[in-house]
Amino acid sequence: MSRIIALGMVLVIGGLLVFTVNEYLLPFGTFPERRIGSFENESVGQRILRDAPRTTGSANIVTSVVWDYRGYDTLGEATILFTAVCGVAMLFRAVRGRD
Amino acid sequence: MAGMTVIVRTISRLLFPFIFLFGIYIIVHGHLTPGGGFQGGVILAASVIMLLLAYGIERAQAKVNVLQAELSESLGGLILVGLGLLGIVLGITFLKNVLPLGELGHIFSAGNLPVLNIGVSIKVAAGFLTIFYAMLRLQGGKE
Amino acid sequence: MSLNYIIAMLLFTLGIYCLLFKRNLIKMIIGLQVMTNGLHLFLISLGYRTDGIAPILSSQMLAGNGAANFAALAVDPVPQALVLTSIVINICTMALALSLAIYAYRHYGTLNPFEIRRLRG
Repeated sequence: MSRIIALGMVLVIGGLLVFTVNEYLLPFGTFPERRIGSFENESVGQRILRDAPRTTGSANIVTSVVWDYRGYDTLGEATILFTAVCGVAMLFRAVRGRD
Repeated sequence: MAGMTVIVRTISRLLFPFIFLFGIYIIVHGHLTPGGGFQGGVILAASVIMLLLAYGIERAQAKVNVLQAELSESLGGLILVGLGLLGIVLGITFLKNVLPLGELGHIFSAGNLPVLNIGVSIKVAAGFLTIFYAMLRLQGGKE
Repeated sequence: MSLNYIIAMLLFTLGIYCLLFKRNLIKMIIGLQVMTNGLHLFLISLGYRTDGIAPILSSQMLAGNGAANFAALAVDPVPQALVLTSIVINICTMALALSLAIYAYRHYGTLNPFEIRRLRG
């Protein structure tokens, strides 16, 4: 019985999600027309595309966003990687020491 | 843990330098083509783990043992933070692009982006190798 | 007919189905991964421009007209950079989740989450 309720809930959630992203509520391919507040034809991405080759000097705009405009987030990601390696090493050391 | 058959050992020994070189190419050209530090680090780690699986644990530990892998990961992290502190030492903000920007499209361009890519690739490759060694229960300590 | 968005939401729903209906910890972790892949596809598709090119200055563009209208043709680079970070964080979460699953298997002898709830180790 509970499996039928769960299946119904999954189908309702799926239908709601697919209905929300149809062509009328969320048009596809309209990156320059979405603007927030009173910025006229500029968004953050547009300004980065205009300024990045001259300011950072790299030809790959995505790499310059990862390391130059958002470098602090990438430093936090490297910290998460370090924490995960420490966590895995600690879990497996604890199992071995119990024998 | 024993190795695998003769065919697997021969093919992995022949393929290892090419995959390693491809990984280094993806890392160093991170600011010119799609790729970068994280992607190249995973390719490097995958090539070393392929050799490790083909030849067995004993011979792999003679080449790169657990202590070297752990120290290399910390070294990669130190390169990252050291370059950030270089920005503070020279008087501007943390992680500012202080090395000389060259011409667009050359290898030695884009300030400290290639050095950051190399640092994080060492960190990722050594981190994956450490996870692999830990899951095989090879950590140091009481035996 | 935005195929990208619809498939991203279908992947998300399949991930939720895996989490609710499977009785094995490893299969539930695979379901989490399917959900995350659907979300990444949705995020990257948000920054698409109709008939856009990749945000990378190729060598032909640098040697030719000097990338005059590059900024009017390229797609959004910010969601791609954030999804890169999210993929790496996902790897770390999955490594810790699989390690915990191995730890639970060694302690309880089973991978069924309903049985692990009932036993008192």
